[in-house]
Amino acid sequence: MNAGIVIIGAGECGARAAFVLREYGYEEPITLIGSEAHPPYERPPLSKSQGASAPVVVAPRDKYASERIDLRTSCTVTRIDPDLQLVHFAEGDPIKYDKLLLTTGATPRMLRGISPASKRILPMRTFEHALGIKCLLGPTRRTIIVGGGFIGLEVGAMARAAGTEVVILETQSRVLTRGVPQTIADTLVERHRQEGVRFECGIQIEAVRETDDAVEVELADGRTLTADSLVVGIGVVPNTQLAEAAGLVIDNGIAVNELLETSAANIYAAGDCCSFPSAIYDGRRVRLESWRNTQDQGIHAAKMLLGKPDTLASVPWMWSDQYDLTLQVAGLADGSERSVVRNYEDGSRIIFHLGADGRLLAASGIGVGNSIARDMKLSEMLIAARAEPDPDHLSDPSFKLKSILPR
Amino acid sequence: MADSWIEVCAKDAIDEEDVIRFDYGGKTYAIYRSPEDTFHATDGLCTHEKIHLADGLVMDDTIECPKHNGRFDYKTGEAVGAPVCINLKTYPVKVEGEAVFIKVA
Ligand SMILES: Cc1cc2nc3c(=O)[nH]c(=O)nc-3n(C[C@H](O)[C@H](O)[C@H](O)COP(=O)(O)OP(=O)(O)OC[C@H]3O[C@@H](n4cnc5c(N)ncnc54)[C@H](O)[C@@H]3O)c2cc1C
Ligand code: FES
Repeated sequence: MNAGIVIIGAGECGARAAFVLREYGYEEPITLIGSEAHPPYERPPLSKSQGASAPVVVAPRDKYASERIDLRTSCTVTRIDPDLQLVHFAEGDPIKYDKLLLTTGATPRMLRGISPASKRILPMRTFEHALGIKCLLGPTRRTIIVGGGFIGLEVGAMARAAGTEVVILETQSRVLTRGVPQTIADTLVERHRQEGVRFECGIQIEAVRETDDAVEVELADGRTLTADSLVVGIGVVPNTQLAEAAGLVIDNGIAVNELLETSAANIYAAGDCCSFPSAIYDGRRVRLESWRNTQDQGIHAAKMLLGKPDTLASVPWMWSDQYDLTLQVAGLADGSERSVVRNYEDGSRIIFHLGADGRLLAASGIGVGNSIARDMKLSEMLIAARAEPDPDHLSDPSFKLKSILPR
Repeated sequence: MADSWIEVCAKDAIDEEDVIRFDYGGKTYAIYRSPEDTFHATDGLCTHEKIHLADGLVMDDTIECPKHNGRFDYKTGEAVGAPVCINLKTYPVKVEGEAVFIKVA
């Protein structure tokens, strides 16, 4: 029997790849290894539509069994040996692979000096984090969120919904400096303020202390803030340790080519852990931390492992839900482009970013519910088609974007 | 209620290759007009999370959910793109004169 394919990292990316391998008729063994206790589950790990007792899984455990995927949870890989094609664990015998896929994801950055076992100071990535945070929220509670990025703002909205007093601390002069245009960030901030969230931007944290029943944050301006909990939302770092120790090339994540091959033979990587040349942006190397990319690359990885010819030309895309607002970003803006605004009657809005050559590079939209979803989808298709739309068409909300889609 | 055809709207209320939302009897439906000018009806909510499909995009025979881009064939209700895996219920549709009807019971 062949050693088959081993996948390290049982998140959404690894799970998707495993199932798609079977869909394409791969018959050899598939081993999917994850350090978490749960079968692969959907992040964000807690939303209002989900119960708190268990995460929403990608598939129930018996689906892995019926698809002959050897899912090993609570199991951490400690080392990979690219020469002997072996995967090592802390205990037990190593296993062999014919091909290896790394979908190790990312780990949230922590504040310096805080114990990972802290009960009151938590990042937000896993189901356990979400549970830990949730049990410290409530009408008489107070939480401090460090970092005004997407995670920070989403947790802020969730905490407010639970009646918690919320203050968001940001070292930059405004929140959401990464990834969205200023006016869209302003709309979100305004909404958070209406909901009672307090923002403290441009601050410096001097020290963070945890006592038996509280968290204290000392600011450089001399103030001390106290709360029941503190959520750290200051970004993530790709999990490259295994790859690095095995000598693979790292470049803001595990570096892969368009075939998702790493620098080592028979080792591939996909999802949040890797950086790749983006086909639709002329090979610009990017690393994405988004749900859609993880799905797309999981599927692509399965094809690449099987040697099926295909190129992944999907447009980076992400969304964020806060209160009744949904924000979506499609494409990558590089900051130098011209922008065109499309304002809808209901107050929702899309901002288009055009390159110097007139090509549509990116679009960011915000609106209530899914009001902008359709036009955002069409924007994404226009970006993928390298369209050069007329700015007057873009700014006119009654103009049907579908009519300029090349078909 | 042997013959429960319900009038939805005028044909022209739905653009070609488009969808509208139709609420009736405490339920919500999605009514489609295909590029070949045929009319179709499905449950209005995505089977992944309960999201109104009428906010999504119709391309040829598929409707793409506005939330996570799950895709269904709206003519058969079949789930054709992850993350959706549960099919959508479909309903019979007829056009009489200029009006579109669906049969919900
Ligand atoms: C709170 C939250 C909200 C989010 N909201 C959105 C959103 O609204 N929109 C959006 O587009 N994206 C969102 N994302 C991002 C999206 O969820 C991620 O991009 C996606 O989950 C990445 O999947 P992945 O499989 O690549 O990595 P991960 O989900 O990080 O999975 C990797 C897995 O590998 C395991 N692992 C790592 N090393 C080892 C090892 N050595 N041995 C065994 N196992 C190992 C890890 O334990 C982990 O379970 C959100 C993320 C979070 C945390
Ligand atoms: S709600 Fe439709 S795909 Fe998720």
